[in-house]
Amino acid sequence: MSENPVPPAAAAAPAELPVLRIRDLRTHFFTGQGVVKAVDGVDLEVHKGEVLGIVGESGSGKSVTALSIMQLVASPPGRIVSGRIELDGLDMVKLDAAAMRRIRGKRISMIFQDPLASLNPVLRIGFQLGEVFRHHLGLEKRQAVTEAERMLRAMDIPSPATRVRNYPHQLSGGMRQRAMIAMALSCKPELLIADEPTTALDVTVQAQVLNLMKQVCREHRTALVLITHDMGVIANMCERVAVMYAGKVVEYTDVRTLFRRPGHPYAAGLLRSLPRLGGNARRLQSIEGQPPRLTRLPPGCAYAPRCPRAQPRCREEAPELVRLRPGQEVRCHFPLEGSLEGSLQGSPQGPLEGALEGSLHRPIPAALHAAPNAAPGAAR
Amino acid sequence: MSAFLEVEDLRKHYPVGRGSLLKAVDGISFALQRGEVLGLVGESGCGKSTVGRLLLRLLPSTSGKVHFDGVDLMALEGEPMRRMRRRMQIVFQDPYSSLNPRMTVGTTLVFPMKVQGMHRGQEDERAAQLLQRVGLDRSAMNRYPHEFSGGQLQRIGIARALSVDPDFIVADEPVSALDVSIQSQVLNLFKDLQEEFKLTAVFISHDLSVVEFLCDRVAVLYMGKLAEVAPVRTLFEDCRHPYTASLLAAILHPDPERERNKPPLQLSGEISTPIDPPPGCRFSARCPKRMDICRSQDPPTVAIDALHQVACWLHAPGAPSPG
Repeated sequence: MSENPVPPAAAAAPAELPVLRIRDLRTHFFTGQGVVKAVDGVDLEVHKGEVLGIVGESGSGKSVTALSIMQLVASPPGRIVSGRIELDGLDMVKLDAAAMRRIRGKRISMIFQDPLASLNPVLRIGFQLGEVFRHHLGLEKRQAVTEAERMLRAMDIPSPATRVRNYPHQLSGGMRQRAMIAMALSCKPELLIADEPTTALDVTVQAQVLNLMKQVCREHRTALVLITHDMGVIANMCERVAVMYAGKVVEYTDVRTLFRRPGHPYAAGLLRSLPRLGGNARRLQSIEGQPPRLTRLPPGCAYAPRCPRAQPRCREEAPELVRLRPGQEVRCHFPLEGSLEGSLQGSPQGPLEGALEGSLHRPIPAALHAAPNAAPGAAR
Repeated sequence: MSAFLEVEDLRKHYPVGRGSLLKAVDGISFALQRGEVLGLVGESGCGKSTVGRLLLRLLPSTSGKVHFDGVDLMALEGEPMRRMRRRMQIVFQDPYSSLNPRMTVGTTLVFPMKVQGMHRGQEDERAAQLLQRVGLDRSAMNRYPHEFSGGQLQRIGIARALSVDPDFIVADEPVSALDVSIQSQVLNLFKDLQEEFKLTAVFISHDLSVVEFLCDRVAVLYMGKLAEVAPVRTLFEDCRHPYTASLLAAILHPDPERERNKPPLQLSGEISTPIDPPPGCRFSARCPKRMDICRSQDPPTVAIDALHQVACWLHAPGAPSPG
């Protein structure tokens, strides 16, 4: 448990039922400007004790995916138009509001980016944390506050007896986020969803909070879905990663494969555009253009307008998520096959192009396109 | 006095009631050569944005001096100060709030030129050229900020800063509000323009990898004081201040092997309040190498070499050894 193993790509099919299984999720927003397909065909799985990262830029659909899992999509204008979200085999999309309330905070919890906005400013920390114990475990008010204090202590918050009597504004940013984690974990949920949990925190505090999350999830074998735009956080925390672009998962693989040999040109572009310490690059590689507007998605692959490898086919026909290697699925007609690493470790100023050139125009074998599991929306 | 920008014991204290002082910036000195890019790094609340604004006199300082190209900035008033402002510009963090939503991009770019009486009669042409230089189409002139994405707006913000041919730019977290794929575009642009316009710049950031890419030297700020100033390579390879070491250790590298094999962070706690700070080193409460003297006396600034200074008792000659 302690050495934080990353399962090899091949070990992606344990016999155990996944804690969370999402099948062909589509969450659309019906606005005056048209239908925004914020999430449009997402398939994911998280097993007990596993950390799944969802990475993408603003508008890629990662937060809406999280809200959909929690059944917290604002409706109207939003609606889950199709798909299944199974918690231990139970499809939550079909549940009514009361049943969902019994699950939220007990079996699934969520941590948001801005802890100040997710805590009630006029209620004491102890009362807010205690609510979980009162609501789900039926504890008395005083007992609940005692439990809250115990949780704060477990989160390394100094003088928890004082802190339970504090209001949110009296806590620092890092402490608030620890309190949120305490609240989220207080019923030992099977699944924790963290949406950019450390983005608002300073680097030194971020490292502390991430370590804490990793530790408590490991202790309880809580499955964690970690949403972030930060590849450093992904590298530190996750075992499997889903890269999202324009409402779709474009690459789904284990963390080492993603960083070593990303298959989707967008994933590779993201990794190459990062300034790296010790890289000493004269210029950064960048992805040209802008992320697409979700109301005006191009036909074919949404990334095609920015993709250096785009062919006419990419502009006409939307690619399906297909298996590139065991445990690596990529939504691309012409996925990359070479390694990213050599090109990054060499001298980052020039030969990047060259290093990738080899794989640039080599079409992938037809057999891969026609993978038997490439039925629309299926991600297996 | 040959430095282009010379900052001496700069302070900004805010009274916060009952005789208490919030010491946002508390005695900062450094010098910048012409064409040099200094990265100013530190955590939120450490005073880095305040320093940026003090350098440009966008905020009045409590005390201290700023010499800009040999001129004592703090002594300038009225018209001479207004003329000086042409030479010193700023790029803000949030491109959405730093452009006037009711002005077309053209008006926004032409405005500083009109104020400074530059490029008379050719303001529009100059603005259009600038737009092209930052990678936008001339047609952007007639459009409004809401029609652009964050990355495009930041390009416009940069064009506005350059419209009056400044020598000195303060960039306050110019890419941290942008998406990852857009950040690298803007960073490349910034680097090209800095070289092309021979700008001297202070680049404020919390992201050390961004600073490494852009800057010649780095100043690490902690609770209103400089912990360490060093050439960028030296800082990453041979930093001397325990806080700098903690900052570097806390960086999450986009490399799973490295992340999984690194030792746990030694640092605990958070930056505390700069209201009436206790005597001694500001970092002493969190420092893994704290000694008794750190609690009672401010550390001296020690020169490791001509370009590398560190404010820490560990490196003070004649100070007690740790343990």
